[in-house]
Amino acid sequence: MTQEPIIRTRDLNKKFVRDEFEVDALINANLDVHRGEFIALMGPSGSGKSTLLHLVAAMDRPTSGSIEVLGQNIATLSESAIARWRNHHIGFVFQNFNLIPVLTAHENVELPLKLTHLKKGERHQHALTALKLVGLEDRTGHYPRQLSGGQEQRVAIARAIVTDPDLLLCDEPTGNLDARSAQEVLTLLARLNKEHGKTVVMVTHDPHAAHFASKIRYLEKGELLPEGEVPEEWRSAPTASDNET
Amino acid sequence: MAIPLSYNLRNLAVRRTTTVMTSLGIGLTVAVLVSVLSLVEGLSSAFQSSGHPRHVLVMRKGGGSELTSIIQRSQFLEAIKFRPTVERNAQGEPLASPELVQTVNLPSKEAPDGMNLTVRGLMPIGREMREETRLADGRWYADGRREAVVGSSVAARYPDAKMGGKFKFGRGEWVVVGVFHSDYPARNSEIWLDANQMAADFGRFEAFSSVLVRTRDEVAAQALINELETDQRLQIEALPERAYFEKQTSSGDVIKYLGTFVAIIMAIGSCFAAMNTMYAAVARRAREIGTLRVLGFSRRSILVSFFLESLFLSLLGGVVGVILVLPLNGLTTGVGSFVTFTEVAFSLRMSPGVIGAGLGFALLIGAFGGLFPASNAARKQILTALRQI
Repeated sequence: MTQEPIIRTRDLNKKFVRDEFEVDALINANLDVHRGEFIALMGPSGSGKSTLLHLVAAMDRPTSGSIEVLGQNIATLSESAIARWRNHHIGFVFQNFNLIPVLTAHENVELPLKLTHLKKGERHQHALTALKLVGLEDRTGHYPRQLSGGQEQRVAIARAIVTDPDLLLCDEPTGNLDARSAQEVLTLLARLNKEHGKTVVMVTHDPHAAHFASKIRYLEKGELLPEGEVPEEWRSAPTASDNET
Repeated sequence: MAIPLSYNLRNLAVRRTTTVMTSLGIGLTVAVLVSVLSLVEGLSSAFQSSGHPRHVLVMRKGGGSELTSIIQRSQFLEAIKFRPTVERNAQGEPLASPELVQTVNLPSKEAPDGMNLTVRGLMPIGREMREETRLADGRWYADGRREAVVGSSVAARYPDAKMGGKFKFGRGEWVVVGVFHSDYPARNSEIWLDANQMAADFGRFEAFSSVLVRTRDEVAAQALINELETDQRLQIEALPERAYFEKQTSSGDVIKYLGTFVAIIMAIGSCFAAMNTMYAAVARRAREIGTLRVLGFSRRSILVSFFLESLFLSLLGGVVGVILVLPLNGLTTGVGSFVTFTEVAFSLRMSPGVIGAGLGFALLIGAFGGLFPASNAARKQILTALRQI
């Protein structure tokens, strides 16, 4: 790809202090993600994949290094500017769905639109469209407790895409789902990438889930391995190129 | 735009047990304050809406109250009755009423040992000057007989003062032959008799307690007051009848200060209850807070949202408090006046102002109780919040 990457990290580091110990969660990560890509970040627990995703979503600040998302150096933004930026440009999908239990599916999806200048009717229509896109137009009035895990995650995806963000960031989106629901969610993410041109960055430790991505990057002990390099233990797993063929 | 209010209202509904318990706690505090304010409002209303705008009350200088005041008959005739500022009736008689004031101790249900009540001996002109007063039951007393007509508040609260009732006063037993009702609430706590019969019983033929004078207009009233007070020979004080009644509202000050003090102590406790509830809510909904932040809601939105939730909670408590006191609205009770040393009956009055003060007090509790938890919610780091269970 020749165009400028929409995510560019250079020598990105993140250290955590646990008790008296300093832990290197991410070490000199250099990542380029281009518009329209579906990239999977893979690695075992504690490899730093979620840390990298959180830094891209500006949910955390790096210890050192640079991070540019959509041409914006997000490390320099104020708290309130980051909040606005996140609302406009990022859709985030959580492993635990994180729907607001007291709001209906429609209200959950409409929630990010409250921060836009859309009128009530427009917000309603946008939320309905997003729910239709994930195949849940008949569940608009249901509360999260009245939905299955797969349906909850699809509502969460509808909430993530309702503002038409540039980037869809997914943190283990199938981690709490059964195989069938996971398949539905992954198919949906792939469709959003292919048919709607959404750039998707997905963290997973499930090789089957990673198979849906167009590119897989591996992390090991906080280090992002160079593109194409696959750690020994993942060699038998399906690769993104399998998916492309 | 802020986090939708439905988010807060539904959360209050979801944890309904905590919501009900906390709002009940706040409600009891508000109930105490609203009760006290209703008492004070009722008392103020009884006194402040009493008195004719052109009436001037004349008493001995330094007496302070009619009970301890003495006006000599000669003073009345020579210095007060025939002043040009004094209004006259159709017959040309000056509207100046010399009056005798005493107390009688009567038992009531609330005070079986008895309470002091004002007994007022009136000449016919005195009754004429009280046109706002009318008979509610029975008849007026006959001159020269031991008969009494009692105010409606007295008849309602004292068994001996009901129609046909008898009480000992002076040298004999007096029979209640009528009940009057005055538009000036303070008058309804009095017992009225024939002044001459009362003077005979007490041997007070040459002295009265006070004189009530009606002037031609309010300017004349002030002129009369100035004339009487500047005349050093008389040694009398004069004041508008309304001011005399208003002075008696100070009788409610003790109730007001004590009640407010108790309400404030209770409010501190309620603040902690609200704070505890809100801290628990913030802890329980940490992941939701993290999610809202990820969706783009600012720290300020989170702060406002949880602060409003605390206000809703306390407002609910305020409404509960007002509802708890509502049955007491209009209930008649009495208070000892520090000016007349007698009881004045009045009704608890839950005016819009009192209800507003109660709800405002509840909101204040909610504001203090909710500020710290809301600020705690707003200060949470996104990742820390998301990791909390």
